[in-house]
Amino acid sequence: MDKQPVGLRPGVVGTSLRYLALTVAALLFLLPFYLIVRNGLSTEADITSPEWSLFPSSLHWENITELFDDPSVPMAHALWNSLVIAVLQTGGQLLLGSLCGYGLARIPYKHANKIFYLIVATLMVPAAVTFVPSFVLVSSLGWVSSLRGLVIPGLFAGFTAFMFRQYFLSFPRELEEAARIDGLGYWGTYWRIVVPNSCGFFAAVAVIQFIGSWNAFLWPLVIGQDEDAWTVQVAMSTFLTAQNVNIHELFVAAAVGILPLVLVFVVLQRFLVRGVAETGIKG
Amino acid sequence: MRLPRGSDLSGLRLQASARSAAFWLFVAPFLIGLLIFNYIPIGWSAYLSFFDAQGTVTPDTFVGLSNYADMLTGPFAQSLLTFSVFALFIVPLTFALALGLAVAVNRIRFARTFFRSVFFLPTACSYVVAAMVWKLSLFSGVRFGLANTVLDWFGQDPVAWLSNPDPPWYWVVLVTARLWLQVGFYMILFIAGLQRIPDSLYEAAFVDGAKPGWQVFRHVTFPQLRPTSIAVLLLSLIAAYQAFDEFYNLLGTARGYPDFGRPPLVYLYYLALGQTQDYGHGSAGALILALLIALVTLAQGRLLGFGRQEA
Repeated sequence: MDKQPVGLRPGVVGTSLRYLALTVAALLFLLPFYLIVRNGLSTEADITSPEWSLFPSSLHWENITELFDDPSVPMAHALWNSLVIAVLQTGGQLLLGSLCGYGLARIPYKHANKIFYLIVATLMVPAAVTFVPSFVLVSSLGWVSSLRGLVIPGLFAGFTAFMFRQYFLSFPRELEEAARIDGLGYWGTYWRIVVPNSCGFFAAVAVIQFIGSWNAFLWPLVIGQDEDAWTVQVAMSTFLTAQNVNIHELFVAAAVGILPLVLVFVVLQRFLVRGVAETGIKG
Repeated sequence: MRLPRGSDLSGLRLQASARSAAFWLFVAPFLIGLLIFNYIPIGWSAYLSFFDAQGTVTPDTFVGLSNYADMLTGPFAQSLLTFSVFALFIVPLTFALALGLAVAVNRIRFARTFFRSVFFLPTACSYVVAAMVWKLSLFSGVRFGLANTVLDWFGQDPVAWLSNPDPPWYWVVLVTARLWLQVGFYMILFIAGLQRIPDSLYEAAFVDGAKPGWQVFRHVTFPQLRPTSIAVLLLSLIAAYQAFDEFYNLLGTARGYPDFGRPPLVYLYYLALGQTQDYGHGSAGALILALLIALVTLAQGRLLGFGRQEA
């Protein structure tokens, strides 16, 4: 889609400069990704050599098995924790948030407005800011270093319910009315008509939630105090801030830790772009 | 009197109660969780913030407002200043770079999706991984860091990027890391905003003799982007407020956290979850912070129209 009429298009020189600037910027943006791969496949000596080089002198694929065989780095377990948490949080948020959003958008109820304001009020205070209060509650429940403590408090983000309500307000009513005439109640209409016709929006929210959950750091750091409960991010951070850093192993871990997301990102990018553009929330 | 569609008078009361039942079936699971995990912690913290609560969440020494007074005069106030410095750099830089990339990407025809994807890709990366690359590879204080290598090409001495507060080079590391991570996200918001500008405005500008380039941008594009611009400024400000991950991972070491470069959440983390376990002061700080953010968000609501869909 070119937004400008013919007369306003830049000339050949302008276009070339634009491509040049974009290419330089793109290389800078890709450099950190390249460095992860470069360092991950290098020897320690290559990385710390005073002669900086773009390419490692030789590639060491065995670094990958070294990472997973190292008993002091629980990487496999951390990957599993991250996956379980991200899947449960994404699924839970979609289910709870969409049901609540639909109820608020479509079922007339005299106190619906008050409940809506109760939810909107929580949007003013991001969850990260109240991590001390949340920790006090979760530790009183005895949920520190447990899957429950890592997953459940993050399920009730007011923003998800708010977003679904806004979305369902613009859902075509005719589809629902046809279902009601066929004798379906609210519950049946929701599952048989509304959800199947909203896959794009659900996918957009799911991708954003999954990335956010996988990359979350502060809450998993606060709650995951035992090694058993570490996520990928907490495991990497622990070794990044440790006394002796094994650099190539750390970068292999980083590559392994971002690979699932880069795949999700590349495959589902159109949903992600749509989700970000429509909701303006951060992954 | 108008009746709801598909109802008759005798069924009306039954229908109303069935409707409330349906409403609660949809809303209750989320709402109960929201009350337990959002409202109870805040209420409990408000209570703790008036007590001497070190290492306990059921304190009995009431101290009135002294926790608040301590927080507003001590190192926590200093941490708010640290945040302000950070925001002063990161918000305008994010805005300018995201807008520049959006305009450039939106104007080209060949390889547009490729460039958009490349700039957006860091969004998939975590702050921990970015901190790792920045700390160990780009801005490593010793000789093998890329930044120091580049300085060496120009005959400059290597810089201890993260370990020395004077001069405060650590801001370069913190700001560039966050820029790389978040610019693509705001670029997508700007691209969406650019695509909502109707073609007819550009045609009108052309007819009126506006020169392509800066004049058109200044008088058509930029004013039309106003809602997006406000959203980008406020979202990036609120995100900067919550900065924790990159500070903790870039500046934190096995020996602990240095006494410079502590934004509010980092300070609260060490206060409430470190050795002191000071939940009283920690809660007071959290509530002060929550109040400040709520004020910013309300200002945003006033600027954008609360509840309206606007990105």
